[in-house]
Amino acid sequence: MLFIFLAAVGCFMALPLVFVINNAFKPINEILKFPPDFWVRTPTLDNFVDLYHLLSNSWVPMTRYLYNTFFIAIVGTVGHVIIASMAAYPLAKRKFPGKTFLFTVVVLSLMFSATVTQITNYMTMSWLGMLDTQWAVIIPAIGSSLGLYLMKQFMEQLPDSLLEAAEIDGCSEFRIFWNIVMPIVKPAWLTLVIFSFQSLWGAGGGAGSMYIYSEQLKTIDYALDQILAGGIIRTGPSMAATLLLLLVPITIFVISQSSVIQTMSTSGMKD
Amino acid sequence: MLSTKTKSSGYFATLQSKMTITWNEMKRNKSIYAMIAPYFLIFFTFTVFPVILSLLVSMTSFNMLEFPEWVGFKNYAQLFVRDDVFLIALKNTLVFAAITGPISYVACFILAWIINELSPKVRSVVTLVFYAPALSGQAFIVWTLLFAGDSYGFVNAFLLRWNLLLEPIIWLKDPKYIMPIIIIVQLWLSLGTSFLAFIAGLQNMDKTLFEAGAMDGIRNRWQELWFITLPSMRPMLMFGAVMQITSSFAVAEVATALAGFPSVQYAGHTIVTHLMDYGSIRFEMGYASAIATVLFAMMLGTNLLVRKMLTKVGE
Repeated sequence: MLFIFLAAVGCFMALPLVFVINNAFKPINEILKFPPDFWVRTPTLDNFVDLYHLLSNSWVPMTRYLYNTFFIAIVGTVGHVIIASMAAYPLAKRKFPGKTFLFTVVVLSLMFSATVTQITNYMTMSWLGMLDTQWAVIIPAIGSSLGLYLMKQFMEQLPDSLLEAAEIDGCSEFRIFWNIVMPIVKPAWLTLVIFSFQSLWGAGGGAGSMYIYSEQLKTIDYALDQILAGGIIRTGPSMAATLLLLLVPITIFVISQSSVIQTMSTSGMKD
Repeated sequence: MLSTKTKSSGYFATLQSKMTITWNEMKRNKSIYAMIAPYFLIFFTFTVFPVILSLLVSMTSFNMLEFPEWVGFKNYAQLFVRDDVFLIALKNTLVFAAITGPISYVACFILAWIINELSPKVRSVVTLVFYAPALSGQAFIVWTLLFAGDSYGFVNAFLLRWNLLLEPIIWLKDPKYIMPIIIIVQLWLSLGTSFLAFIAGLQNMDKTLFEAGAMDGIRNRWQELWFITLPSMRPMLMFGAVMQITSSFAVAEVATALAGFPSVQYAGHTIVTHLMDYGSIRFEMGYASAIATVLFAMMLGTNLLVRKMLTKVGE
């Protein structure tokens, strides 16, 4: 009984993505066929070729959109993992004045979404001269609180004896963090990588469109929206693009799934 | 007179010595502060400061060009008394949150609970299938094709073929259907972080608890769930609740991508789209900040309330 429920929900979850895959490989006559078929009959790579032509004919070359997407996702993710871990380590393992206060604020910040701060951040960014640069998306993402929270919770379970040994050897706090703690918490930073990457990968459409308005700074999902706006005739190429964009975060997740689960097992909140 | 004076000076003396101790402690820990500084500088600038600033700006009339003018609570009064569109947005947001929040939360848990019974290999595949939508970012726009208004739209075609419909429905332009469709898509996207947290929590449960429970007279799986699994999962449940509540109040991207901005008869209008309207189109920053502050209060209030309720689980 429960498994029938599981299968039903599974179909609901998988159906749209299966639809994307099927349509990405449909030749044009199958896309325009009426009534439409769900499954592809004669799969072709035409849509991917069309996509390539469409994007290389655009005013801003496709490689530029791709570069922007990768730049935001990679710089933001690397920055977030390093800077958030560096702050998580003392919060998890050291005593210092202000620690409880800082962590309470971080937990409270999980309770409202970034949309609340969008308007005032726009103002702050205009004062700091960050508007219409990629930093407007990257820097707030580096300070995301979910990553710090998960990292801190994970680091808490490290044995103190390990750190004490390093202290006796005279290591500085930063060296303990970088040479001893970071290699052990690899599952946690893989988790931060996937969460951060996933939110930045599609960021050009949401928050990005508010802070970035130069065409040459926009990301690939913005370009994708433009293609999809072309109507039914563009269905094939846009599904091909969606599929390609999907593959990146899914690949990262498949690689890091067991680490993510391991990290999430420490994500609990004490009451 | 004299005694109060010595008392207060004594109080100041202890306060002063306390501050000196704290200060010395801070000096001793300066390498720690150096390590947390980069993160908290960004965090306070882009997460904490904006909340405080928006509280202040919400009391003004500000268009980013002229100096802000103090107007007190006028923005809030206007929001709740004059702005009919805001009231629609508020109603829609509450409906979205009241439906997607609890359903997605319970679904995350039940699915994680069922998945936990599977063998590890099957489990990781099923986890991927369920988590893929949340992972796929912009891919939700595929729903615009599924619910396309012409007979090429897959849902229309399907219903027409089985003669459940006589003519195609323009799903995303009909106020009757906009809300349910956004809810469906929102639910599709909602097996996210908390789902993973629940799976992880269930996998790491202490198995001896079940044996002890069997001896204490626990008879069926439901009792086991309520008396053992849920209480020991409480920290996860708290974390999951925070994630689901926060995202269920922030419906906007899906609504604008599917139903347009503004949507027909504001059927898909939410507090966040209202905020975007005033903040990034009309540049009425004071008014937009008032909307943001209302949203902030709703999210935080619900979170704290649900947290209180969850402490009762399994009691």
